[in-house]
Amino acid sequence: MIFVIPEPLRDLAGSRDEVRVDGDARSLADALGLLWTSCPGVRDRILTERGEVRPHVNIFVDGESIRFAAGLATPVHPRSEIVILPAVSGG
Amino acid sequence: MPEVRHVSPRNGDVLVLVGTMKGAFILRSGKGRGKWEVGGPYFVGSPVYALTLDGRAGRQRLWAGSMSWHWGATVASSDDFGKSWTDPETSKLKFPESSGGELKQIWQITPGRESEPDTIYCGVEPAALFKSRDAGATWSLVEGLWNHEQRARWMPGAGGLCLHTILLDPEDTKRIRIAISAAGMYVTEDGGATWRPSNKGVRAEFLPDKYPEFGQCVHKVVQSPAMPERMYLQNHWGLYRSDDRGESWRDVANGVPSDFGFAMATHPDDPDTAWIVPLESDGFRCTPGGKLRVYRTRDGGESWKPMTKGLPQKGAHETVLRDSLAIDSLDPVGVYFGTRSGKLFGSADEGKNWELMVDGLPPVVSVKAAVVSLPRKKAKQSK
Repeated sequence: MIFVIPEPLRDLAGSRDEVRVDGDARSLADALGLLWTSCPGVRDRILTERGEVRPHVNIFVDGESIRFAAGLATPVHPRSEIVILPAVSGG
Repeated sequence: MPEVRHVSPRNGDVLVLVGTMKGAFILRSGKGRGKWEVGGPYFVGSPVYALTLDGRAGRQRLWAGSMSWHWGATVASSDDFGKSWTDPETSKLKFPESSGGELKQIWQITPGRESEPDTIYCGVEPAALFKSRDAGATWSLVEGLWNHEQRARWMPGAGGLCLHTILLDPEDTKRIRIAISAAGMYVTEDGGATWRPSNKGVRAEFLPDKYPEFGQCVHKVVQSPAMPERMYLQNHWGLYRSDDRGESWRDVANGVPSDFGFAMATHPDDPDTAWIVPLESDGFRCTPGGKLRVYRTRDGGESWKPMTKGLPQKGAHETVLRDSLAIDSLDPVGVYFGTRSGKLFGSADEGKNWELMVDGLPPVVSVKAAVVSLPRKKAKQSK
């Protein structure tokens, strides 16, 4: 699986714009768990203390927003591309 | 991204730390406080509600609480006056999972007393107090307040349910008073294990019971460093004074155009002197009559006089928020305030004369002032 990291978080991901993770992951939550292993600082920027995706963060699994799929339970596969993007908000 | 400038303060310089809705700025001046150099913006694009300079134990450490709309709130520090900041990855200020809380905003950062140089407090939204005992390396939720039996009945004000004021009693290290909008004031006398409401005499205009035990919308409370018994309180309607460390309050809205407002400061040496910026009403949170007036009392609130020299008195529909008025520790005291329209005004003579220090900032939400006290360099050793 490949995570595409947005520019504001790249410092927390070793200056990388893409992070490949390998391991057993059936859901987005599983895949994110693998991402935290290599990029622990990204975790608190993506999820709240309750473990929910922050309201102004969008995650797309293979092009589909997880908000219209199954959220953190959205299925992933070994070749999934997971894109993290700031939502159109803030200002 | 905007160009970021830095200031290089020298010993004895005055810093005015300005938090805005789009980042933080640092203004530097010499003791004369006539000409200001502007550094920043830092935390570009993010609201910065909390700023402070921790000058204890030889440090000159800036603390900032910023909130990214996307990535959440973090606390960061700088030991070089903003040239570099700690990475958000190291921000350990967050609610424990078991608490069910989610950090939304950092409203106040208060260094502990001189006798506890590694202690720092943070007031946040949702209303909670955090404490660090290791100079900000780790933070812990003050559970005694978070688990208070009355918390379920606290109501958010327009700014959210925020703990915005932290007053450390200068004489009793176990006594801390905090203010929450809209829960009122709470005090602990055992260092944070237990808390009780402390709002006697403070009106809650918006509740059926006008003098409840708790639930007041306290906008700001200040405590005289020279006489800790003396406190002043700017309420959501109501201007108060206490002479018993906040145990009871009496109205001192004598001669002000409105007793609604947010900002408040008191003199470091004179407990009878305080400054406020009245606003017209909760429905129109702007300076009354289009006149930007700071009101000052010299007699403990028995009377208040407008300080207007240098401030616009026509068409000035300005708003000054709860943390946007600050003083320095020089003699005469410098007074500073920022507006939601991005203006920063300063007075080097306790409010008698005002100057526009900078215009065109993003909306100002916090102002703090401090005098730089750098550690002395070691004397050159003679051979």
